[in-house]
Amino acid sequence: MSAPTTAEAAPPAGGGSDPVDLAGLPVRPAPHPLRWAAGAVVAVLAAMFLNMLVTNPAWKWDVVAEYMFAESILNALWLTVRLTVYGTVIGFAIGGVLALMRLSRSPLLAGVAWVYVWAFRSIPLIVQLLFWYNLAILYDRLSFGIPFGPAFVTFPTMELISPMTAAVLGLALHQAAYAAEIVRSGVLSVDQGQREAAAALGLPRGRQVRRIILPQAMRTIMPTAGNEVIGLFKGTSVVYVMALGELFYRVQVIYNRTGDVVPLLMVATLWYIVLTTLLSVAQFHVERHYAKGSVRVLPPTPLQRLRSAGEALARRTARGGPAPRGGTP
Amino acid sequence: MSTPMVEVRGVHKSFGALEVLRGVDLTVGAGHVTAVLGPSGSGKSTLLRCVNHLERADRGYVAVDGELIGYRRGRGVLHELRERQILRQRAAIGFVFQNFHLFPHLTALENVVEAPRFALRRPAAEVEAEARALLDRVGLADKADVHPRRLSGGQQQRVAIARALALRPKVLLFDEPTSALDPELVGEVLDVIRDLAAAGTTMVVVTHEIGFAREVADTVVFMDGGRVVESGPPAQVLDAPRHERTRAFLDKVL
Ligand SMILES: Nc1ncnc2c1ncn2[C@@H]1O[C@H](COP(=O)(O)OP(=O)(O)OP(=O)(O)O)[C@@H](O)[C@H]1O
Ligand SMILES: [Mg+2]
Repeated sequence: MSAPTTAEAAPPAGGGSDPVDLAGLPVRPAPHPLRWAAGAVVAVLAAMFLNMLVTNPAWKWDVVAEYMFAESILNALWLTVRLTVYGTVIGFAIGGVLALMRLSRSPLLAGVAWVYVWAFRSIPLIVQLLFWYNLAILYDRLSFGIPFGPAFVTFPTMELISPMTAAVLGLALHQAAYAAEIVRSGVLSVDQGQREAAAALGLPRGRQVRRIILPQAMRTIMPTAGNEVIGLFKGTSVVYVMALGELFYRVQVIYNRTGDVVPLLMVATLWYIVLTTLLSVAQFHVERHYAKGSVRVLPPTPLQRLRSAGEALARRTARGGPAPRGGTP
Repeated sequence: MSTPMVEVRGVHKSFGALEVLRGVDLTVGAGHVTAVLGPSGSGKSTLLRCVNHLERADRGYVAVDGELIGYRRGRGVLHELRERQILRQRAAIGFVFQNFHLFPHLTALENVVEAPRFALRRPAAEVEAEARALLDRVGLADKADVHPRRLSGGQQQRVAIARALALRPKVLLFDEPTSALDPELVGEVLDVIRDLAAAGTTMVVVTHEIGFAREVADTVVFMDGGRVVESGPPAQVLDAPRHERTRAFLDKVL
């Protein structure tokens, strides 16, 4: 580098030093001593925490390892995942319809949607689940036919509403009430001008909603919806009241037999953490997708950020000097 | 005289107790450009919005190319049209907003393609070729795949004009198309409108650009307090206004 000796001097005031040379100088990033201090504190705390987990034999990590991938646990996990997927998909489908009803100009539709949301937000999920589970006590046969008229087909309630059906029904209907409010807030967050522009172009109603309003509403919907899905995923554990073999029910059954309460709870916890992490990653990418066009430049993904930080560090250590201006591309 | 392209008769509109339009009449001949001037709050935007039925007039009617907008004439009554029919009518009326209202999640090209494709159901290939030609016409051929947020205000407004043109409307309505723009970007949008005027497009332009109105408009309409105070050729309304209020307004803006 051909930095002149005058580089350390003040900016060119009269005509002494050459402005081109100053413009070409590398930039030394501002120091962040507090960040380093905070980082050190966090590192020490994390080390203490890990030490606590590893050195205490009461955690019985061997038992955890034994059950982590046991077939019964994996089957239970699969059921939990299925319940989550059904609850999410059906819940948000119904919720979306409810939100549109609530926003429609028809007072009847809006009223019905409001009552639904009110009712299903008022009833605790566990009560609702038990209610569906016990539907057979109220009505032992279910028929499909003309209202108040003859029935075409009739089923025994017990057969139609299995514990699995009852669980999915309960979770989905419960989720729908919350999803309706999330979708509605998303739609309300879209600038009024967007709907007006779509209407002025003569786009059909359905197209306005699907192509113009909902994709923009997703920006607002996604963060809350992500919360809801993760909540539902862990919330599926309440279906243990119906003796359905999902993850939480299964570990209870096992530790009641073996007595290894803590290790088995740890197995469940680890699986909940793993899947929640996957969901969070998925959420990040979906959000990024819907940010398209809403921000001028998309923020980098954590991977990209890690990579560019690594490259910057490598460059700095290689040169032994400050990073060049402009950072990484 | 043949049927006018746009005919507004006795339109009244109130928002609650506020009477915004108090009986507006307006006639725009085919291929003519009408500039609407008037102080803020005089009801210019509301009038434009009544023309394509974004606002429903309380009284009076609007017809475009002889077709009643928003209603069907019955015996002694006007039947309100269904939303679907109104949407179909709107496709014949281009609207350009002050704040563009481009769809931010769609590229410039997708913005232009959307309406002819899904409001008029025209074939994709044909629509896309035409959309590219329109973007070229407003000088943005190279921005087809860019999202609106990455365009300057003037470029966004030109995409919005291309989007409105894509429906091959019978009339184009502009609501202060340059008011949201930095001064140096106004010219590029006015140039596009000027070209459209030269090509014989029927337009109603609400504007505060008096010079532009003088140059491009066939008719200048001055509105105040929800009424048309006077209208006529630019030379008459702008240079020799008959009404005191027109004179006062022009003194202020010139
Ligand atoms: N949806 C609405 N609800 C209530 N009042 C409204 C509504 N739209 C417009 N107004 C009122 O109607 C009056 C006329 O509004 P309009 O937008 O038509 O004026 P304008 O002539 O376009 O003014 P500007 O030059 O500021 O755009 C204003 O007083 C405004 O506050
Ligand atoms: Mg206005």
